[in-house]
Amino acid sequence: MKSLKIICPNGHLGFAPLKRDSFLLGVAEKPDYIAADSGSDDIGPVPLGSDTCASPKAWQRQDLEEMLLAARKLGVPMLIGSAGDTGSNSRVDMYVEMIRDIARQHGLGSFRIGWFYSELDKELVRAKIRSGSVIEGLDAREALTEAELDGTTRIVAMAGVHPFRALLEQDCDVIIGGRSSDSAIFAACALHHGFPEAQSYYLGKVLECASFCAEPYGAKETVLGEITDEWVEVTAMHPGQRCTIASVAGHAMYERSNPFHEYVAGGLLDMTDCHYEQVSEKTTRVTGMKFIPAEQLRVKLEGSGRIGERFVGMAGIRDPYTIANVDAVIDWAKAQVHEQFGPDGWELHFNVFGRDGIMGALEPMRDRPAHELLVVVQGVAPTREMAEEVAMIGTRQLFYARLPDVKGTAGGVSFVFDEVLPASPAHKWTVNHTMAIDQPLELFPLHTAEIGAKVPETTHAR
Amino acid sequence: MPVKKLSDLAKTIRSKNAGTDKITFDVIFREPDTYELVKRSGALSRTSVAGILRIDPARITDFVEYDPAYAIKFTILRDRPSGSPGDGDIFGAQQYAPFLDLEIDTTA
Repeated sequence: MKSLKIICPNGHLGFAPLKRDSFLLGVAEKPDYIAADSGSDDIGPVPLGSDTCASPKAWQRQDLEEMLLAARKLGVPMLIGSAGDTGSNSRVDMYVEMIRDIARQHGLGSFRIGWFYSELDKELVRAKIRSGSVIEGLDAREALTEAELDGTTRIVAMAGVHPFRALLEQDCDVIIGGRSSDSAIFAACALHHGFPEAQSYYLGKVLECASFCAEPYGAKETVLGEITDEWVEVTAMHPGQRCTIASVAGHAMYERSNPFHEYVAGGLLDMTDCHYEQVSEKTTRVTGMKFIPAEQLRVKLEGSGRIGERFVGMAGIRDPYTIANVDAVIDWAKAQVHEQFGPDGWELHFNVFGRDGIMGALEPMRDRPAHELLVVVQGVAPTREMAEEVAMIGTRQLFYARLPDVKGTAGGVSFVFDEVLPASPAHKWTVNHTMAIDQPLELFPLHTAEIGAKVPETTHAR
Repeated sequence: MPVKKLSDLAKTIRSKNAGTDKITFDVIFREPDTYELVKRSGALSRTSVAGILRIDPARITDFVEYDPAYAIKFTILRDRPSGSPGDGDIFGAQQYAPFLDLEIDTTA
């Protein structure tokens, strides 16, 4: 029976390094592809909005190096999606440059690299809105308005299998993707070899987080997926891990609201009738998945908008009376910022650790604070100077808060340091929507180049 | 009444972002018996989740009993997108704690 094998060494390449031993065991299985996703929206809106990485360059390069050397040695393609955490254009360019650099350093023979971009011009989205093509909100969001678009700094579109398949058809040995559905990276390889959509997308779904589909828990270990026309099998490569019915079925739940349905650009993977079978100690086989093609091609958009510069301060409280009245203390500090800067044009945020700093309004025990509190203060404003002052007033004035019955009149809070610290600019997820497109490649311009040989770069935009 | 804590019965109790606007909770059991017991007890429901987290039940977008993994899974809308200034848990990874001590009537 025709089959295809893919290994995935890391569920979020760069965020923490892959574990080498299980990766080498995976490579020894002679997979047909090596692939990983390098992105996540878990990291919050700052990296996309400020066009930075959440992951250290050294870790990204280390994993790319391991994967590239193994892929070239085996002579099989290597695919990376969502380059550099966000999949923005600069992150794609950075990964392509890292690949060139690693190839040079190791004197690798000639190979073809392909890459595509996912960043979206805001004016293109605006034109869609004006043409009456609704940018539909996900997760209870309203349709995107031009005002929200104005408040957005950067948008990426989530690629499905299409740009990966197009680059595989151009015989690319290495593919670096902009923002991508993680399952699509793997599904594209299987579809390229003619496997059915249901099995192909399931293969992607189960592999995308690497060893998160294995037990016992242990991240960043390699797993191997194998696909035929009938089933998908997944095998843990780490000697101490197994892919069990529970771990594989359980992974379908991870980080998603519904364990039965996975939406990608082009359709829906339906796992409702999946059947799981333990076929050997470390391997589980899955059958019964379905794929329902979408009637209209819609892509998910992610957008982040800059709110302002940000500084952070911290203050501790030990006096039980002050703890009981911490909200009044915070109100005092806010009022002092108001006095200085007026009612708007700035933001102050207080997280009261020891009471409800983690859960906020969801905290069932917020009326039973601990015997000591830490208040984390964030000041946000248009300029660094003003943000620093807002954070400083918001923090230092906690010290001077006027509570009627306080015994300690020499200072209401403790400081680990009497200063405020610069933080990343505050951002917000402004776009979590879908947009209709006519051609699956229209948002994802493709490029290829030869590495290790003197052939000029070619461009196949749009 | 023989009562046990959910944390004594479940293998995994966790929370995590499901996209930028939601947090999803997974309660996973080792074997079908405890899974069925907790389902039967009715201790975990849209109503009880809304009560424990003190939210409008309309903010619970999904509540699923997922038999293949012996798991009960529910998802809530955040009050602001993850990582907005003031969000105390960008990954949504520490929101499950109130469910650890949930009392389950084992005679159900």
